Amino acid sequence: MTDNLLEVSGLKMHFPITKGVFKRKVGAVRAVDGIDLAVKKGETLGLVGESGCGKSTTGRLMTRILEPTEGKVLFDGRDVSHVGQAGLRPLRRDVQMIFQDPYSSLNPRHTVGSIISAPLQIQNIPTPNGLKSAVQDLLKLVGLNPEHYNRYPHEFSGGQRQRIGIARALALRPKLIVADEPVSALDVSIQAQVVNLLDDLQREFDLTYVFIAHDLSVVRHISDRVAVMYLGRVVEIADREQLYKNPRHPYTVALMSAVPVPDPARRERAQRNRVLLTGDVPSPINPPSGCRFRTRCWKAQDICATEDPALIPRLEDPASHQTACHFPVTEDEVVAGRRPAGAQA
Amino acid sequence: MSIGPEASITDERSAPTDDAAAVRGTGDTAIAGRSLKQIAWRRLKRDKVAMGGAFVVMFLVLLAILAPVLARIWGHPVNEFHGDQIDPTFSTPIGSFGGISKDFILGVEPSSGRDIFSRILYGAQTTLIVAVLSALVSTVLGTLFGLAAGYLGGWVDSIISRVMDFLLAFPQLLFAIALVSVLPQSIFGVSGRWSRVLVLIGVIGFFGWPYIGRIVRGQTLSLREREFIEASKSLGAGSRRILFRELLPNLAAPILVYTTLIIPTNILTDAALSFLGVGIPPPNPSWGGMLSDALSYYTDDPMYMIIPGVMIFVTVLAFNLFGDGLRDALDPKAR
Repeated sequence: MTDNLLEVSGLKMHFPITKGVFKRKVGAVRAVDGIDLAVKKGETLGLVGESGCGKSTTGRLMTRILEPTEGKVLFDGRDVSHVGQAGLRPLRRDVQMIFQDPYSSLNPRHTVGSIISAPLQIQNIPTPNGLKSAVQDLLKLVGLNPEHYNRYPHEFSGGQRQRIGIARALALRPKLIVADEPVSALDVSIQAQVVNLLDDLQREFDLTYVFIAHDLSVVRHISDRVAVMYLGRVVEIADREQLYKNPRHPYTVALMSAVPVPDPARRERAQRNRVLLTGDVPSPINPPSGCRFRTRCWKAQDICATEDPALIPRLEDPASHQTACHFPVTEDEVVAGRRPAGAQA
Repeated sequence: MSIGPEASITDERSAPTDDAAAVRGTGDTAIAGRSLKQIAWRRLKRDKVAMGGAFVVMFLVLLAILAPVLARIWGHPVNEFHGDQIDPTFSTPIGSFGGISKDFILGVEPSSGRDIFSRILYGAQTTLIVAVLSALVSTVLGTLFGLAAGYLGGWVDSIISRVMDFLLAFPQLLFAIALVSVLPQSIFGVSGRWSRVLVLIGVIGFFGWPYIGRIVRGQTLSLREREFIEASKSLGAGSRRILFRELLPNLAAPILVYTTLIIPTNILTDAALSFLGVGIPPPNPSWGGMLSDALSYYTDDPMYMIIPGVMIFVTVLAFNLFGDGLRDALDPKAR
């Protein structure tokens, strides 16, 4: 277990809901509700799930922008779950974040130069050739014109802005980068460029990524392992090929079948395989008992309402493929191409 | 190698003057970015109405600064009585239009015969000083409290917000009248006109800060959820850096606009207080005080009322037009 750069265990983040003048606590949004994950050195862990399932909150807990309600965050073997702002400063050097929206993640009143040099100034990192040349090296690294250091963010396109965000994250030469949907705000051609840039940088600087996304094809391209989240829990985690070939959790199956198929010849077959989920995601304020997916699952039975399934290897899966489901989907069900029994159109 | 429309902004060489990059050996000159400030300035320059307002404001400021000089050239000492200019039976100025002549270019005061031109100049001094300094007091207080309320949230926000509600509901004019009547003639070692100026700045400035405070608080609330604040936190930035380096520059535009827009309100409050007799004490000149004096003569000598009235009107209008133009230039979406 020593090759784990980051480990989270039993991680919970409950946002209190308050009411009235005296901020009486009337409930909590269980954004993240008991997650165990380990990120190995040098790998890319993909984190997928639909909106509101707690992916971004998990990312913010990993970078300790948020303080967990319960559970532990271990970075390089050190418990950082409840370290205060001052104690976190060294951690900030090693863990950086790339944000989703390149339009709001850069301060519109600062030049690119001051945005990218901010981490160096805040962390008091000496720059032998001066701050400006350090900034220009970073700009070159992410494929931007180094002469643009005194321009303002509004003068750049979305893709270029995201590169600025990446340059800022790289400035401290971190070990781990948590990328929170770094490409979902960009159009498809730019997505590929940014994903490839992240790939190149990983090789060059020996980076570890936690890649949060809802786009399964992007995650498939960049990740070594993929974890699927649903309503604040990890429902399935596996190596990339294993997960995409043999999805076990009904939710994963449904998610995969929702990926649009660009090839019209294959589209016909994909249509037949579509698993359409009905209803909305239940409220994280009051999640269902037992398995959280049971309200929308076509395989749900009585046990699902009473017993919370553990995240363990199911069927004949290798130890690295863990699923939290009492009735995992077998290969036959997926390959056979018939609509899973009970799934509604 | 270049990305973006630098062709159109090659003429912008003003920004990076302190930058050695402007003279890089390779022949590549640094490409200057056009800051939002520069863009706003260009937009403001094209707004003729706002620029007109700005010129009037600057003209008035010049008048106030040069008051002693101008009064010596074209006027007479402020408190010099000119009984020979007054009709002894009606105590109104001799001559038409309130005694306007080559010697007294804006006429003379009824009954005393003091030079209105000089009194308007010195009145401009006190009015502008009171209005601008009290606006500054409001801005500083409003920015600090608004930032604290918006950024810290929780009970700090609750307390500051309730205080702001309280102050906005408070009868400011009545308070000022009561305060002025109990204060001694001299405070902090200054007396006469300037002691009252200090009181006015304090009272008007203090009751004005909730207007700025509310706007700053609201903007801070929305800005602090933006990802660049989170990014700054994830870099290890402290609260002070986030407040003053990340948030404040983004608040500069609304703060500037509302400061310019409370100045005319302050001018009116100052005039109202002087009109009610609790502003600048006589015999020191003030626009509101002149209006108040003119009340007893307006049927016989309307000019005495028109001149300070027009001055107040023009000043308030100029500040308002400039402030509106500034808002349009800084935030074109908020039209």
